[in-house]
Amino acid sequence: MEDMSAYPLEISGDGTPMVSFQKVRKAYGPLVVLDNLDLEVATGEMVSIIGPSGSGKTTVLRMLMTLEQINAGVIYVDGRPLTHMDKAGVLVEATPKHLRARRSDIGMCFQHFNLFPHMTAIQNCMEGPVHVLGLTKAEARDRSEELLELVGMIEKKDQHPSRLSGGQQQRVAIARALAMRPKVMLFDEVTSALDPEVIGEVTNVIRKLVSEHNLTMLMVTHQMGFARDISDRVCFFYDGKIEEQGRPADLFGNPKRERTQQFLSAVKEAV
Amino acid sequence: MFDWLFKDEWFPKFDWNWGYTWEIIPRLLEATLNTIIAAGAGYAIALVFGLFLALAQRSKSRALTFIVRELVEFVRSTPLLLQIFFIFYVGPQVGITLSPWVSGMITIGLHYSCYLSEVYRGGIESVPKGQWEAATALNMSTLQTYKRVVIPQAIPPAIPGMGNYLVGIFKDTPMLSVIGVAELIHTANAIGSETWRYLEAYTLVGIIFLALSLPAAGFIRAFESFVRRKLGM
Repeated sequence: MEDMSAYPLEISGDGTPMVSFQKVRKAYGPLVVLDNLDLEVATGEMVSIIGPSGSGKTTVLRMLMTLEQINAGVIYVDGRPLTHMDKAGVLVEATPKHLRARRSDIGMCFQHFNLFPHMTAIQNCMEGPVHVLGLTKAEARDRSEELLELVGMIEKKDQHPSRLSGGQQQRVAIARALAMRPKVMLFDEVTSALDPEVIGEVTNVIRKLVSEHNLTMLMVTHQMGFARDISDRVCFFYDGKIEEQGRPADLFGNPKRERTQQFLSAVKEAV
Repeated sequence: MFDWLFKDEWFPKFDWNWGYTWEIIPRLLEATLNTIIAAGAGYAIALVFGLFLALAQRSKSRALTFIVRELVEFVRSTPLLLQIFFIFYVGPQVGITLSPWVSGMITIGLHYSCYLSEVYRGGIESVPKGQWEAATALNMSTLQTYKRVVIPQAIPPAIPGMGNYLVGIFKDTPMLSVIGVAELIHTANAIGSETWRYLEAYTLVGIIFLALSLPAAGFIRAFESFVRRKLGM
């Protein structure tokens, strides 16, 4: 069988991709996590990343958020290099200043929410807009209230995270990330740490974002049903490579690669 | 039946003189104020400088980290008394002449800043990595991350350790008597040498230290829970 990852990717948006990984390599010492990764995400596209643990899927998001340095290759966001700087036509490694300037296009939600425990829900949302974007408190408050309304957390806006359930904290975290108006949103296993009965309230918020907003999104998830429902494209990662990718109906309904079939049937058994 | 137990010569003769006691109390209270000022000023120096030492040890510069870590280790491994003598007596030889008060507070402040830097470091390290990552995801600068996210969370767990060193610095102020700072022990010595009566002065000094140190632990606990409540944690 041919190597699916070698196929040119079908871009559903308009022209240049929003995110582009080009021959990206990430290794921790001798352990290669991602090898020669090429991945493009179109503007407004929702891409889900699935795969067994240790396959490098979370690393993809962390590199894009600049939480991890890459060892080789280049990542482009919105047509401009993120991990590198263009110096007289030559790409050189990015300085912290460059990373700070370019990272503003990207927002991220984490498995364990990572809300600031010493701030209320609305303070969490206002923190970035006020101190990073330089908005006035009033502007930031309006923006944050709007977003807390969107995620259904406006009634709890003055609560500290310790008084909120996991699902509620994750919804605040989504509002906090959106308050920075990123072009790309990253969701890193945002439902994995949640009790089953509150997963729905978080997935519903993401569903709403997909249907009502033209955000580019990358999501690492273990919820196959959810990925199938809302994604434009699903990538199956195995051993640091994209083993197979395609439309959700194709990948879940008719997986071509043996490892994909094995993974999907193992997941199905577990449910 | 226990008469044999209470033979007079087995007990030292304490002849406590109340009149004399009342006479020396004002001088000792004045010295108490001096002790509190010395401890307070030294502690203030230690609180601020200790934070810089802690942050310097976390800097990306290997050289800075190395120098600061060795400095902290050096200060913690040599006696405070030696450091007090050194700054006060050797300082003038290299052109730094400080009054007993100033050199005393600086020395004790720098000494304790090394201990406090370790307390801060522990507090900073107790802040989960996810908090740093969330701050990065919000595109905050390193300085903003420390100021707005990490240090507020690092303080509550550090408060018990900070409180211990407040009591510690208070109990170490008598060392400043050796360079002539008129704190409690220095004053008690002066009183004793004037009248050859040491019992009352030293006893009172002990009571004063006890009266100030004992409530400190309770106060620190209350302060910690106050800060935690204030931060919503």
